Amino acid sequence: MSLLDTHIGFVEALRGAGLPVSLAEGLDAIAALEQVSWHDRETVRAAYAATLVKRQPQRVTFDAVFDVYFPRLVGDGARAASDDAPGDGADRSPVRDSGSDLAQFREALAEALASGDPSALQDLAVDAVARFGAMPGRGPGLSSWSAYTSLQRVAPAELADRLVQALLGRGVDPEQARRTAARRIGDFTRLVEGDARRRIAEEKGPAHIVDATVRPTIDRLDFLAARRTDLEEMRREVYPLARRLAARLAKEQHARRRGPLDVRRTVRASIATGGVPLTTHHRPRRPHRTDLVVLCDVSGSVASFAQFTLLLVYALREAFGGVRAFTFVDDVVEVTDRFRPGADVVEVMEGLAASTAHASMWGRTSYGRALTRFAESHGDAVGPRTSLLVLGDGRSNHSDLALPVLADLVGRARHAWWLNPEHPRHWGTGDSAADRYAELLPMLECRSLAQLGEFVHGIA
Amino acid sequence: MTTTWFSSPADATARLRSAGYLTDDATALTAYLAGALEKPLLVEGPAGVGKTELAKAVARAAGAELVRLQCYEGLDEARALYEWNYKKQLLRIQASGDGSSWSETHDDIFTEEFLLTRPLLGAIRREEPTVLLVDEVDKTDIEVEGLLLEVLSDFQVTIPELGTVTATRRPFVVLTSNASRELSEAVKRRCLFLHLDYPSAEREREIVTSQVPGLDDRVVAQLVDVVVRLRELELKKAPSIAESVDWARTLVALQVGDLDEDVVARTLGVVLKHASDQQRAQRELKLASR
Repeated sequence: MSLLDTHIGFVEALRGAGLPVSLAEGLDAIAALEQVSWHDRETVRAAYAATLVKRQPQRVTFDAVFDVYFPRLVGDGARAASDDAPGDGADRSPVRDSGSDLAQFREALAEALASGDPSALQDLAVDAVARFGAMPGRGPGLSSWSAYTSLQRVAPAELADRLVQALLGRGVDPEQARRTAARRIGDFTRLVEGDARRRIAEEKGPAHIVDATVRPTIDRLDFLAARRTDLEEMRREVYPLARRLAARLAKEQHARRRGPLDVRRTVRASIATGGVPLTTHHRPRRPHRTDLVVLCDVSGSVASFAQFTLLLVYALREAFGGVRAFTFVDDVVEVTDRFRPGADVVEVMEGLAASTAHASMWGRTSYGRALTRFAESHGDAVGPRTSLLVLGDGRSNHSDLALPVLADLVGRARHAWWLNPEHPRHWGTGDSAADRYAELLPMLECRSLAQLGEFVHGIA
Repeated sequence: MTTTWFSSPADATARLRSAGYLTDDATALTAYLAGALEKPLLVEGPAGVGKTELAKAVARAAGAELVRLQCYEGLDEARALYEWNYKKQLLRIQASGDGSSWSETHDDIFTEEFLLTRPLLGAIRREEPTVLLVDEVDKTDIEVEGLLLEVLSDFQVTIPELGTVTATRRPFVVLTSNASRELSEAVKRRCLFLHLDYPSAEREREIVTSQVPGLDDRVVAQLVDVVVRLRELELKKAPSIAESVDWARTLVALQVGDLDEDVVARTLGVVLKHASDQQRAQRELKLASR
């Protein structure tokens, strides 16, 4: 492949992965590359990043695509030739994946993890895939390298205890040691995955691998499909998102704030300029405010979704007055007072997790019962100034739906919305009553941070 | 006429360092590219990681003048670009009396004499090397971005009464943003992008040592360790580089020889500015509560 082909393929792949790279930016990247020397891969990476990435959350995706298109090395690299394999040169069997090799490898890995040397870890990751991740002789169309297999064989997680002990021995305090161990093992896992991607890309061309394995940027990631590590990353992303939203809303309200002309002040000010009213003065506009009532399904099926929306409610609560939040499974609990202004996020989320246990009497989601209970005990929360927001998947275990109750609530509220973390094609399938509820109030798909952001911006 | 700001990334590193700014490789490279490609540089990142400082350091390193436009909500054309001096124009009209015709007066009052130059126009008209810092660009209203576009892409400003003023010497433009609002695609497309983040512990030690030379190396290491741990907690406002430097200065002022738990607990207010953050830090770091 020529350099230009690589560049164009790379830009195409970035677009495919969801980064909006314009033609102009592609040209900028080439102009930037002309200004730097090509001998250092990190320089090339930084030059591309400076011209093509315009938003920090995209950086992870960018790095993954970059690693595929501009691989660190080809095949086993120079190491393969000079590699004398740990141990003596005598046992150079073609199969380098034997029990003793594995034991030796894990020994080396444990040492590298303990020292935390990134280049050693990188070398070991390459080695791990080369030795334990090879799946030769598979049918055409199937890749012959697997990060999964190599990680299964090497099992870095089992080294965690040893690593913690080693760190403790150096006088690191226990908690710090556990965190460090988890981080280094995570790093190693990512390196192995990256190297497997590189090898597969070598075999099948980079375009294929980008389509198949590069995950969407964190704000486009589906709530329900998120992995544990993704969840943590998304959680970090939610707070800035809410802050950005709040800042934007406040600003837009300010922009519209210029009220009617204050004639008296304007005339008085015009005296200084000989009666010409150069600056006009306006009366402040009265702030209009809607209260937000949030009803959040916290049952198991939507747990991760609920966590995000509650976090968002928390953040909005910080920025605005008049937000009341309720959680439910089959009974309703008000959780507004958990969101004290100035309280600690982590603490609030822990408290919420504890209090959601009370939201359930029988442990099975029942929208009908929850809505009825809400109307009975907190019905006065919904009034003509209220925006009502229901969060949940509408899966009600085939129980009574209490449609009239919800219709009444919707009728009393100024606005009402339902956010559903499921794809619209699943609405109304199985025990989902989403389609029935959707007749009463607008129901919106909300499956990623981006959609959540759009929605919250829309309602204010 | 063009100026070469930096001759290579390595040159950028060295000269920024001599101007008192320690960069990492990506930052130096991006600063070099911004100069070489004559494109504005958008720097994003949390508060207090040295975004504004980078612009100042470029100015110091290149011996250029720094023109600063501090953005705020409600900033408008009149404050950013140029403004006609209405009062002076009024005086001119009144002083001219009946002696001159209207057309003469009209031509008279829209000349250089009555033009008040604001930072953007000023930076473009300057003949000497200039660093234009558009600080906290995310604080402005959307409309101001439109106004920036002409400046950023063509380095020119159009004044309806006078015509277009084009830069004779392109300034080195740095825009900073805390990402409290997403900037428009149009602005981003015209800029190089750099995300400045908290530095590695090693680089932070260097920064603190270079800014506060009087502090013992061991204390600096302890201080950076604590700051790094604080950043790992989910705080409302994680401590920035500026705050670790402040902390170092505090320790020098208090003549502290060892950063033990008691000292940390007493001086935590220098780095953490929220009551809930302080409580959380005290709990997590297992400090004795006061």
